[in-house]
Amino acid sequence: MLDVIDLNIEFHDHLTPETVVYDFDLHLDEGEIVGIVGESGSGKSMSALAIAGLLSRKHMKKRGQILFDGVDLLTCSRNVLRKYQGNDICMVFQEPMTSLNPVKRIGWQVGESLRIHTSLSEEQIKEKVLKILKDVELDDPEGVYDKYPHELSGGMRQRVMIAAALVCDPKILIADEPTTALDVTVQAQIIRLLKRINKKTGTAILFISHDLSVVRKLCGRVLVMYQGRIVESGDVNEVFDSPKEDYTKRLISAIPKMEKLKYEQ
Amino acid sequence: MKKRFMKNRRLFIGAVITGIMVLLAVAGVFFTPYDPNAMDTSAKLAGISLKHLMGCDNFGRDILSRILSGLGTTMLVALGTVFIGVFFGTIIGAFTGYYGGIPDEVLMRFNDAVLAFPSLLLALVFISVMGAGKLNVTIALGILFIPSYARIMRGEFLRCKNLDYVRSARLMGASDIRIMFVHILPNTVQVMLSTIAIGFNNAVLAEAGMSYLGIGVQPPDSSLGRMLSEAQSYLFIRPGYAVCTGTAIVLLILGFAMLSEGLEKNA
Ligand SMILES: Nc1ncnc2c1ncn2[C@@H]1O[C@H](COP(=O)(O)OP(=O)(O)OP(=O)(O)O)[C@@H](O)[C@H]1O
Ligand SMILES: [Mg+2]
Repeated sequence: MLDVIDLNIEFHDHLTPETVVYDFDLHLDEGEIVGIVGESGSGKSMSALAIAGLLSRKHMKKRGQILFDGVDLLTCSRNVLRKYQGNDICMVFQEPMTSLNPVKRIGWQVGESLRIHTSLSEEQIKEKVLKILKDVELDDPEGVYDKYPHELSGGMRQRVMIAAALVCDPKILIADEPTTALDVTVQAQIIRLLKRINKKTGTAILFISHDLSVVRKLCGRVLVMYQGRIVESGDVNEVFDSPKEDYTKRLISAIPKMEKLKYEQ
Repeated sequence: MKKRFMKNRRLFIGAVITGIMVLLAVAGVFFTPYDPNAMDTSAKLAGISLKHLMGCDNFGRDILSRILSGLGTTMLVALGTVFIGVFFGTIIGAFTGYYGGIPDEVLMRFNDAVLAFPSLLLALVFISVMGAGKLNVTIALGILFIPSYARIMRGEFLRCKNLDYVRSARLMGASDIRIMFVHILPNTVQVMLSTIAIGFNNAVLAEAGMSYLGIGVQPPDSSLGRMLSEAQSYLFIRPGYAVCTGTAIVLLILGFAMLSEGLEKNA
């Protein structure tokens, strides 16, 4: 469904062009969950943003292809790209605090994709929004619908973000460290939620994280990135149990002891 | 919300004063004690009396009636000015701030150039080309106000365009126009309101200034600035004329200034 081939991302907003992602390759099938791990600054977010079509075309040179159902998202027109954004490809960001518009009600924001991509009436949109708010396991969907973002907790906002991303039944959900800003219990709930959604709707998930134990629990395949390159990829268990690359070994040995116990269970 | 409104004294007083002035102006449209343009030669420069609460001017016209109707003219000109300035300023600011690049640079430098001129001088040029009168003054002042609004709105759009929620909107496939006017614009309301209030005051003053110079509102329309300039000649014989007119201008501006400061504090 999604094929990223030899993606290179180069920044051109400084005097010397700076490449931050080299030869990124990715294949994502329907219903798959693929993880991307790697240290901070290794280019995980940049690759994700490129796939989501969010990197400005002015300051960046991107080489390679991002094929979604055969259409190259890098070279297609803005209008074609916009048709996929929000409808087929969605993304949840790391920071749930700032990702919602402070002056709009939650219900409105969650329904925005529907307003853009479908011709449903406001009542139909409301119905769908309430349903999706319930699907992401918010306690009081009707109450949340009329609230403003500052009235919600971080965990609730992240659920709202996920709801907003999923409301159009996208084929791909990109989650860029969706749980980093949340505490551990909420983190676990969100992960479980993602897994359940994946099972139920068949939405493929590209899951970016530093947290290897989470990636192991959630993902089927994993890519390990280091300094802008994919150094290793394959089945999660294979990669984590018998890492071939030096960097992956170091990454795994860097998990603190307590974590390791948890992760070996 | 109501409690906060009451606690903010400045906002409260400003709202009360402005409310009264608006009421008076509206009342002035339907009812004035006398016809504001009716001359009563027997009452030329009459002093304050029960018959004429604020006295009469040099033609024997009732000053209270003229202030009531002049208030309306002045407010209409000011509102029109603000509307033109905000409407076009917002559109220009939205596009330049959101897109940036060369058009932004060019427009903003042009803006700087316009802002560098004393605005009254530019207004003079406009008027000498288009002719005086209520409508032309409004248009001239409105156009003059566009650059400063455009600048402020540009700053707001520049600030907002890189925020996460705008990125989310883009990710949902929202078009640029939709992002600008549905997602970003409501976030600029606070700033917009307080600049509107300040702009309204500037417009009142500018209209008064132009009418004072005789290039603004033309007779038979009355305007506060025009009355003030007429009152000048009788400052020593009938100080009440200038004082009453001046007080009306001061109250109008004071109310709005307090309103805007209150709004800013409430932000
Ligand atoms: N505007 C920019 N100009 C030049 N380089 C940039 C720019 N923005 C980001 N980079 C570089 O891109 C590289 C990849 O960043 P990216 O955000 O993808 O890292 P990441 O793997 O997501 O890290 P983290 O785990 O901390 O989120 C970084 O080395 C960063 O310095
Ligand atoms: Mg990142």
